[in-house]
Amino acid sequence: MQVTTRHHADAIVATLAGRIDHQTAAQLEAALAPLLAEAGASGGALVLDFAAVDYISSVGLRVLMIAAKQVREQRAQLLVAALQSVVAEIFAISRFNRILTVTPTLDDALALCSPAALAAYRSAGPAPAP
Amino acid sequence: MMRVRFWGTRGSLPVALTAAGVRAKLLAALRAARGRPLASEADLDQVLASLPFAEAGTYGGHSACVQIETGGFDHFVCDMGSGLRPFGQAAMAQRSGGAGQTFHIFQSHLHWDHIMGLPFFVPAFVPGNRVVIYGSHPGLEAALRRQQEPPSFPVDFSIFGATLEFVHLEPGRRYEVAGVGVTSMLQRHGGDSYGYRFEAQGKVVVYSTDSEHPLDQPEHTARFVSFFRDADLVIFDGMYSLADAVSIKADWGHSSNIVGVELCQMAGARHLCLFHHEPVFDDAAIDAVLAETRRLEEITRGARRLRVSAAYDGLDIAL
Repeated sequence: MQVTTRHHADAIVATLAGRIDHQTAAQLEAALAPLLAEAGASGGALVLDFAAVDYISSVGLRVLMIAAKQVREQRAQLLVAALQSVVAEIFAISRFNRILTVTPTLDDALALCSPAALAAYRSAGPAPAP
Repeated sequence: MMRVRFWGTRGSLPVALTAAGVRAKLLAALRAARGRPLASEADLDQVLASLPFAEAGTYGGHSACVQIETGGFDHFVCDMGSGLRPFGQAAMAQRSGGAGQTFHIFQSHLHWDHIMGLPFFVPAFVPGNRVVIYGSHPGLEAALRRQQEPPSFPVDFSIFGATLEFVHLEPGRRYEVAGVGVTSMLQRHGGDSYGYRFEAQGKVVVYSTDSEHPLDQPEHTARFVSFFRDADLVIFDGMYSLADAVSIKADWGHSSNIVGVELCQMAGARHLCLFHHEPVFDDAAIDAVLAETRRLEEITRGARRLRVSAAYDGLDIAL
């Protein structure tokens, strides 16, 4: 699993790629920790771009739950964007689609963050592949 | 051949189908029958076969009680929920009320929904029968006696004509009980619970209910994968959605369909049977959980297909 990050105004976009399972969930948790701290300190948003994530297990979903709880306590936001169809099914079956903010596209997610974040995202070039 | 019969499959509290629920099923059947031939019994069977299980049947409402037929004369049962009452009646009817029967009963734990059937267990009233209750809780016998003390119940253990025995099992140790290998394992649940692995005739049945699975403890996962290893059937507590199990219902002592699929896949188990259904779920809700769980198995399938079913009162699985 790989993670790359970009900043768009008050939003951090973390682009994830690969499988999030029992082997890689701890890696995700470690990668998210500084990003959650940064988003929490600024009161901004952390957007997880899932377009290149092809599987997530229960352990990976738990990491997202903890992250969401942490940002809520710090009055920041966590959004998950651009799920592949299989991952979207896993979110629905687990009911995580009901407890996390999930958007169809990255553009939709940044629109929920702030006008400045959306404008910065739209004016930026395409993200490098993770 | 081993057979597993489910006499009670509901979690926490017995429930009953309501008049409104029956009416909804009748209306669904009548709608399905519109415009179709109905003259013969075969015609009627065809109409019913076209309906989903939630409309043509019901998952039932008795609390936990599962019978394992091992091919021997003795009876094997997991838990004494309210399903123990119909099991006891069937066991007596099957052998024409005859005495001299032995019932080996394995208790997951002592919460009310898992013990409430004992005062209504007809074979325990018949002299000459033997009821052997196995468990790993130190307070096993005391909890069952207390359930039948005033003011909770009008008659105490002295009413029983059968011999009642209590056997303490050490978790992790394999016992031979009437030709069946039995191993118990500690599970995470309020006041502790124990899962059971039954091995007979080359088949393995695991009964693992009222068991929460912390997802941040790899050693816990490994322990259960080992316990479920190559099982022919895993009866699994799938009471909650994963989202509920790790958020508002964390530490409530139950698990989810998703964790059931994952553990069974890692263990190479052949059949996952969802059990301990949420009492607020109607038949349609359990049907939906089953369909979703089958879809999850399909999209995450590795080298071997895992069969997925949802237990209902009256379900009979041959292994």
